[in-house]
Amino acid sequence: MTQATYAGVLDLAAGAFLLAAVLIVWRRELRAIVRLLAWQGVALAAIPLTEGIHQRDAALLTVGVIVLLLKAVALPILLGRAVGTEDHERRESTPLVNTTASLLITAALTVLAYAVTRPIIALDPTGATRAVPAAFAVILIAVFVMVSRRRALSQAVGFLMLDNGIAATAFLITAGVPLIVELGASLDALFAVLVLGVLTGRMRRAFGDTDLDQLRELRD
Amino acid sequence: MTAVAGVAAALQVLGVLAGAPFVVGGMRQVRARLEGRAGGGIGQPWRDLRKQLRKQQITPLGTTVVFALAPAVLAGSTLLIAAIVPLIALGSPLDSAADLFGVVGLLFLGTVALTLAGLDTGTAFGGMGSSREITIAALVEPTILLAVFALSVPGHSANLAAIVSGTRDNPVQVLAPGSLLAFVALIIVIIAEAGRLPVDNPTTHLELTMIHEAMVLEYAGPKLALVEWASAMRLTVMLALVANLFLPWGIAGADPSLLAVLTGVVAITVKVALLAGLLAGGEVFIAKLRLFRVPELLAGSFLLALLAVTASSFLAAATS
Repeated sequence: MTQATYAGVLDLAAGAFLLAAVLIVWRRELRAIVRLLAWQGVALAAIPLTEGIHQRDAALLTVGVIVLLLKAVALPILLGRAVGTEDHERRESTPLVNTTASLLITAALTVLAYAVTRPIIALDPTGATRAVPAAFAVILIAVFVMVSRRRALSQAVGFLMLDNGIAATAFLITAGVPLIVELGASLDALFAVLVLGVLTGRMRRAFGDTDLDQLRELRD
Repeated sequence: MTAVAGVAAALQVLGVLAGAPFVVGGMRQVRARLEGRAGGGIGQPWRDLRKQLRKQQITPLGTTVVFALAPAVLAGSTLLIAAIVPLIALGSPLDSAADLFGVVGLLFLGTVALTLAGLDTGTAFGGMGSSREITIAALVEPTILLAVFALSVPGHSANLAAIVSGTRDNPVQVLAPGSLLAFVALIIVIIAEAGRLPVDNPTTHLELTMIHEAMVLEYAGPKLALVEWASAMRLTVMLALVANLFLPWGIAGADPSLLAVLTGVVAITVKVALLAGLLAGGEVFIAKLRLFRVPELLAGSFLLALLAVTASSFLAAATS
């Protein structure tokens, strides 16, 4: 793999990664959001896989395959099963911030991410670190999704996006964390989603809804 | 400038003039076939134009020179764009004016002329249509400028010929994230600007939903023909421009031979036909957005354009 293709593929993966986050902010249907999360997982896995091929590093390739299986296959399937079958459960209820404003806030967050990561890139301007702003922007967008959405499931998606963003930043800055750390973090996310899935199911059975805003006050 | 370059420029304008109704006819035909209808054939817009051009000229009472001149301004600005942009060959006689920002300005000159004409009639529908059109135009303009800015970053120039030749010499550049995002953003704004689905339905005559049609309700006869012809030309020029900005293969060089010019004509025809077919095929599957959801779509495309600028300026700064 030549240097130019390596940098190109890495840029493309980072771009797709950021684009998936933006589209998650844009879309309201929960199934579409879960599908986009799977695509983001593919883009995330492409980063360690590209670096692994470029540096001929078997450990990085293993991490890449694990990330691909977990983030692009397992977690979306688990989340997809937690999406309700009823009509009003399939869509995000009106978000706290309307979509147009959310998109503009996302734009501002992206520019902010590019601005604040400049010192990090200046430390070691390689092809990988140049894509760090995209990963950092995903972290900021994920936090925004978590605070602005109402459904339990979209908040879980925000949490997973946050995890994706942190993992991507780690891959891009340090060329991969040790295998054992990555495994630990991945297992953590998997269990969190399992628990959230069970919790969402319970909530739906108990209250008939997963709108978290309705859980704020006590009722008889 | 050689004689052949002049021939190429003339061919370009004539091609847009003659081909635009066929583009619209082709799009309607694709749509009709996909919906299971026979359709009127590719030449139907030309037949409509011929019929309208033979009719008597009627001017509504109380309209001023604004109403009378708007179709001419729209058609004239569109033809000027057709002469400026590099469709068949690079290095047109007007190359020094072939600035992307200038082209966007000309595009909006036509929009504003038609909007003023809609207001000039003083009817409810004309005013409503103008108000909607200018709302959309105001949202489209920043996006178009940002996307253009993103495209001019890699070539360090906003000159159209420079951008197109830069992409032609370095095709990998098209796959850069900035360029891809700018492409999607441009496609969305072109759909909005040309009044296609999902922003505006070009075939509707339902008063509450129409935008472009509402503005031109008072036109009849030759002027209506001119407005419709100009709208078709706008769509054609924009599709051709996007095709050449992102897929510049087949375009003749700055000092072309006659054969290269012919290749250029064939290439641009194929590219525009493909793009128009894809657009018409895509339109079958979508419904018109509610007017209040349109800003959402345009905010999304603005965001894509902004990401395109950050990505391409960032990469350009890093590689230089």
